[in-house]
Amino acid sequence: MELPIILFYVLSSLTVLSALLMVFSKNPVHSILYLIVTFFCISGHYVLLNAQFLAIVNVIVYAGAIMVLFLFVVMLMNLNSEKKSFGRPAKIVAASLISLLFVALTIGIFSQNQASANTAVEMGTGDLGLIHNLGSLLYSEYVLPFELSSILFISAMIGAVMLSKKDEELLD
Amino acid sequence: MLPISYYITLSLILFGIGMAGVMLRRNAIVIFMCIELMLNSVNLLLVAFSKMHYHANSVLEKGTDAQLLVFFIMVVAAAEVAVGLSVIILLFRKVYSVDINVLNRLKG
Repeated sequence: MELPIILFYVLSSLTVLSALLMVFSKNPVHSILYLIVTFFCISGHYVLLNAQFLAIVNVIVYAGAIMVLFLFVVMLMNLNSEKKSFGRPAKIVAASLISLLFVALTIGIFSQNQASANTAVEMGTGDLGLIHNLGSLLYSEYVLPFELSSILFISAMIGAVMLSKKDEELLD
Repeated sequence: MLPISYYITLSLILFGIGMAGVMLRRNAIVIFMCIELMLNSVNLLLVAFSKMHYHANSVLEKGTDAQLLVFFIMVVAAAEVAVGLSVIILLFRKVYSVDINVLNRLKG
């Protein structure tokens, strides 16, 4: 077996394992740490798919900024001792059955078409996802959505600040 | 060279785990994290499909469009997380809990 395929198997099993641990750990802080592991593994998949810029962005934005925000909120709320973190047993069984059925059915539907299911994915070659290519595209062809996203960020920032203010402060 | 069905399977398993988490957890923050996991699995599948089409015909496809789309999805997700977490903080300030079963008092 080639090296990228071995890496794919190792990374996939790590990703699925840490995602499962994220869902089934009772402590929310542990959930966040397992989700960070999952995001690092997904970044590894991006590197295998030659999307190096996306891998770096995933580490910086998701594993860095967003998960620290989650961790900060959980630490602020002091939720460490949760007694009831899952629903009733009937609900657990129903939820697991529904998602298993969904995954099985969708994989079945996708693998019906043998010709398209066996199309190869190029791995470990090319320099398409380097920051040079994506950056020049981002500032030429995609400059309008890029600037619009800055407006989105400023509105999200104003929204977050307004939402987390106390009501009395807003009335002044 | 892996067939695309491997990536489809991996993304669907991750999506299914996120879906199960949304359905069976009661903590609003963990539910939000499961939504992030589902978003990430779809991003991974998008990049894999883009590589597949670029590999199939590299003359017509540039191969960078999907990566920029994923980049913009990440940008929107970052903004969404900021607002969503502040909504959760607002909920915690009102009822001193992030249990979503408390929210059934919303029904009229």
